[in-house]
Amino acid sequence: MFGFGVLTCLVFLPLVGAAFILSLRRDDEATINNARWAALATTVVVFLLSLYLYAKFDSGSADFQFVEEKAWFGSGLVYKLGVDGLSFPFVLLTTFLMPFAIAASWRSITYRVKEYMIAFLVLETLMVGVFCALDVVLFYLFFEGGLIPMFLIIGIWGGPRRVYASFKFFLYTLAGSLLMLLAIMAMYGVAGTTDIVVLLKTSFPASMQKWLWLAFFASLAVKMPMWPVHTWLPDAHVEAPTAGSVILAAILLKMGGYGFIRFSLPMFPDASSFFAPLVFALSIIAIIYTSLVALVQEDMKKLIAYSSVAHMGFVTMGLFSMTEQGVQGAVFQMISHGLVSGALFLCVGVVYDRMHTREIAAYGGLVARMPLYATAFMIFTMANVGLPGTSGFVGEFLTLLGAFRVNSWVAFFATTGVILSAAYALYLYRRIIFGVLDKPALAAILDLSGREVALLAPLVALTIYYGFHPGPILDSSVVSIEALIKGYDQALAATKTAALALH
Amino acid sequence: MYAAIVFLPLLGFLIAGPFGWKIGNRPSEIITTSLLFVSAALSWVVFAHVALGSGEGSVSLLTNWFTSGAVKVDWSLRVDSLTAVMLVVVTTVSSLVHLYSIGYMHDDPSRPRFFSYLSLFTFAMLTLVTADNLVQLFFGWEGVGLASYLLIGFWYEKPSANAAAIKAFVVNRVGDFGFALGIFLVFVLTGSIGFEQIFAAAPGLAYTTVHVFGGDFDALTITCLLLFMGAMGKSAQFLLHTWLPDAMEGPTPVSALIHAATMVTAGVFMVARLSPLFEQAPAALTFVTIIGGTTALFAATIGLVQNDIKRVIAYSTCSQLGYMFVALGVGGYSIGIFHLFTHAFFKALLFLGAGSVIVAMHHEQDMRNMGGLWRKIPFTFAMMTIGTLALTGFPYTAGYFSKDAIIEAAFASHQKGAFYGFLMTTIAAGLTSFYSWRLVFLTFFGKPAWGGAAEHAAVDHSPVSDLHAAGSHAAPADAHGHDAHEHDSHQHDAHGHGGHELRPHESPVVMLIPLFVLAIGALVAGGVFAHAFIGEGAAEFWKGALFLGPDNHILEEREEIPHFIAQIPTILMAVGFLAALYVYILAPGTAARLAALAPAVYAFLLNKWYFDELYDFLFVRPAFRLGRIFWKEGDGAIIDRLGPDGVAARVVDMTGRVVKLQSGYIYQYAFAMLVGVAAVITWFVIGGVR
Repeated sequence: MFGFGVLTCLVFLPLVGAAFILSLRRDDEATINNARWAALATTVVVFLLSLYLYAKFDSGSADFQFVEEKAWFGSGLVYKLGVDGLSFPFVLLTTFLMPFAIAASWRSITYRVKEYMIAFLVLETLMVGVFCALDVVLFYLFFEGGLIPMFLIIGIWGGPRRVYASFKFFLYTLAGSLLMLLAIMAMYGVAGTTDIVVLLKTSFPASMQKWLWLAFFASLAVKMPMWPVHTWLPDAHVEAPTAGSVILAAILLKMGGYGFIRFSLPMFPDASSFFAPLVFALSIIAIIYTSLVALVQEDMKKLIAYSSVAHMGFVTMGLFSMTEQGVQGAVFQMISHGLVSGALFLCVGVVYDRMHTREIAAYGGLVARMPLYATAFMIFTMANVGLPGTSGFVGEFLTLLGAFRVNSWVAFFATTGVILSAAYALYLYRRIIFGVLDKPALAAILDLSGREVALLAPLVALTIYYGFHPGPILDSSVVSIEALIKGYDQALAATKTAALALH
Repeated sequence: MYAAIVFLPLLGFLIAGPFGWKIGNRPSEIITTSLLFVSAALSWVVFAHVALGSGEGSVSLLTNWFTSGAVKVDWSLRVDSLTAVMLVVVTTVSSLVHLYSIGYMHDDPSRPRFFSYLSLFTFAMLTLVTADNLVQLFFGWEGVGLASYLLIGFWYEKPSANAAAIKAFVVNRVGDFGFALGIFLVFVLTGSIGFEQIFAAAPGLAYTTVHVFGGDFDALTITCLLLFMGAMGKSAQFLLHTWLPDAMEGPTPVSALIHAATMVTAGVFMVARLSPLFEQAPAALTFVTIIGGTTALFAATIGLVQNDIKRVIAYSTCSQLGYMFVALGVGGYSIGIFHLFTHAFFKALLFLGAGSVIVAMHHEQDMRNMGGLWRKIPFTFAMMTIGTLALTGFPYTAGYFSKDAIIEAAFASHQKGAFYGFLMTTIAAGLTSFYSWRLVFLTFFGKPAWGGAAEHAAVDHSPVSDLHAAGSHAAPADAHGHDAHEHDSHQHDAHGHGGHELRPHESPVVMLIPLFVLAIGALVAGGVFAHAFIGEGAAEFWKGALFLGPDNHILEEREEIPHFIAQIPTILMAVGFLAALYVYILAPGTAARLAALAPAVYAFLLNKWYFDELYDFLFVRPAFRLGRIFWKEGDGAIIDRLGPDGVAARVVDMTGRVVKLQSGYIYQYAFAMLVGVAAVITWFVIGGVR
């Protein structure tokens, strides 16, 4: 297609949909409905296209696939796309969840609907782009560009404190990113190119690695988010509209983990090994600290937001254990968390649309009138707790096992998260779903509508399916992860021999 | 066939759970119950073939669950004698409880949900006992935890039930914390999580050290201790026992199935299954003995004074589980499993009997409000008496064979801590007899405290009732007080229970049949199977399913202990019976006098050694307090104030000052320029001088 490959198609297809919606002139109900349908159709088509790619994707190879390259301005900078086992699961996750985000906004967004849909479609382009980019500058553009539509989504369609939240979100993430830009420039200085494939093969001097690592860390840790730069997340979640929360938790957070796995670990192995204890410490603090904070939350979304931070702690811990189980578990945990936290935010959205409050205290006894909702919420709660048989278990188990192999104390402290997550998740469930339904406002509350069932049912199915059969996710990334670890170990060994030779 | 045993209950769950509302209450009940009966029948066939007969144990691989590097986790069915015993216990009790529940729950509006949960539980328990690797075991482990959570909180409108459900899940998770670490350590040591590989590697690991948690430990000891932590949680052992009595908030059939016969014995099963590891970790075995012995006595002391009929049996369960662990700890794995087997019959019988009493009393659970019931519900009374006889170890009942065997083994063993286990279990035997007969006497004999005189009797009967009240109010956070009046508040009670209208009645036949079947088991299961489980036939019965070290001759040594030692438990049983008889029948009022004699002791026991209060103080409140501090101070006052908000505030300050400079007056700007020019000139002049 005009000399571009299929990934370009995948990345920019949402923009076509956005352009179509932009071309809609009028503002009556029918037009708005068209905008909704157009957005939904676009995201579904994108998802189907990604499924087609999945069918053609060779998970037995660690190489980048569907690669396309075009010269861009100047030498060194290229327009290059491609996916491998580390990025493709995230592409699928993104394209899979986007239709849910659109459908979740069907009724709850009442003003500026066209603009809302456009923002989401642009966001999709940028998110898919992040996972497909094979040029650091291109990656950076997508990575940072994603801030803008999310900033708008929170700032325009958000709750009462949306302006504060959106600025906090923006400043936090931007501040970190600028350092990453500096690091990218420095890397260009060494390698003479910004092509990720080349950079992966470049070995940076050990002293430089540390600075580069820290610069990337500054940006990725904020995105992740890791303690102590997590405080933007609860505010952003609370103020964001439901679909915004879903995408934020399910996909934007994963960009941090993806960045670690794409850049920090393979490109700066010495520094990664050097800073691993720091990451472990921050991960453990994140798991314990934010779990305890989640326990005392009074706002449903905040509670789930804090629980997301805790779950991301498992991811960073697993990644930096650099064992096969740890990294595989981390990738799995990210995908699983994408499904589960997205679903939990959808669940919050369901009752928020009815009652317009997220106060936990405003609810109670919902099971009496909403049995379907209670069932779905229970399944996601259990997945959040990491019950075996749900997708939440596999990631947690493997990351902990990986960490244990490296440092038993890390696993020891992180495993306490297993207790704490049960406490806060069940405590939340009890306050909302169980008990006597005696609040007059809730007396007429309705169970899930057909649309909501259609939204949650696939997520329930996948949560359980991946709990019993995690193979599809684990297998698609295993070869790439093995290659990653092999390269990492070789690099460390090389540094070691070099150090010995100096003595 | 193995697969049918395990998956038929799952099928029941999948039918009654999602479609129960569609197919109706009665079909849901019938489907789940009959599937369970089929499963039970097949289990007995397997038992006859694999354990009693000459059948080989086998492992059938179903499919891979997940693989990550060396971590290969399969779904498989491991069936050997140990599993066969567990299959029989689980499916038999479960099918009888299903049947019983048809009667017990007959006026509950959400029966399909109840039956689907019961079937789900059974499925999870069966995957647990058929596991061939630690992770599948963990799956079943957590699965039964989930079912237990759902069933304890079945009457979700009761705050106490919700609190108990969460408590059960979270306390179990504390145990799972150790269990999970144990699995990780096993993997690090053996490079596998499959039983075959672990057991094969175990001899090589004996008496080696491993560096973990910053110290060097004996590899198998630390592994076993971590794994045992999981068992302590699931089997409600001392320190992690607090959830079990509260779990009585669930419907009584649930208590019989989950919190007496099956789930709580999962810890015992786990230790027995991992006997190749434990057998080579004597220090860990000593710990098991000590925890078991402590629990046996500790729970029995609490059982002495509880007034809720179900709580008495719950503490009894806790205590009996302690016995099983003592047996395991002294190396008598088969004895522990034997007691598990017999205990399942008589404890399920006692719980279901208690359920029958509770139904008869229109959901009254406080024994002080009962009395004289034996005329009204003679069949239930007879069954309860059989259960009590078996529990207290009356000669030739089931408990006599298994419980006395434990005490004898503890005496005969040379393990460290074995004598402690012997002492504790022996004393506990006397206490068991006392509290069991106390239950029978309070419930079935004496003056009826129900009917017209109920209100007065309740007050009269409660010894030092002010103390009791003080104890309850000491912990306001403790949402699960032990006052019985909370228990009958659920919607289930359609009878109405005005004191003067209460007419106790015998339960329907569907509830009595299970009692009868279990009573037969409680009477004869010991005598029939003692030879195979723990006698001369043990070797060909177990066929190596339980690993015994070369020096472990506990089964033989048990036979050779002095005669009078072997008589002690029986004597103490009689003493306990007589004491209870005296206190509650011959000289009523003695209990109140005794309580008044040592009110501190009474309150201490009544309030369960204040464990709930202690844990609340040590863990629950600090967790919430810390959470609040981290949230308000950590996130709010420190991170945000120094971070984004601080930066924003400084920016605002700065701009505020900068704005002041832009006054719009030309002379101010000119003056500023002049100062600037002067500064520049000065700079150059000084520079020029250099």
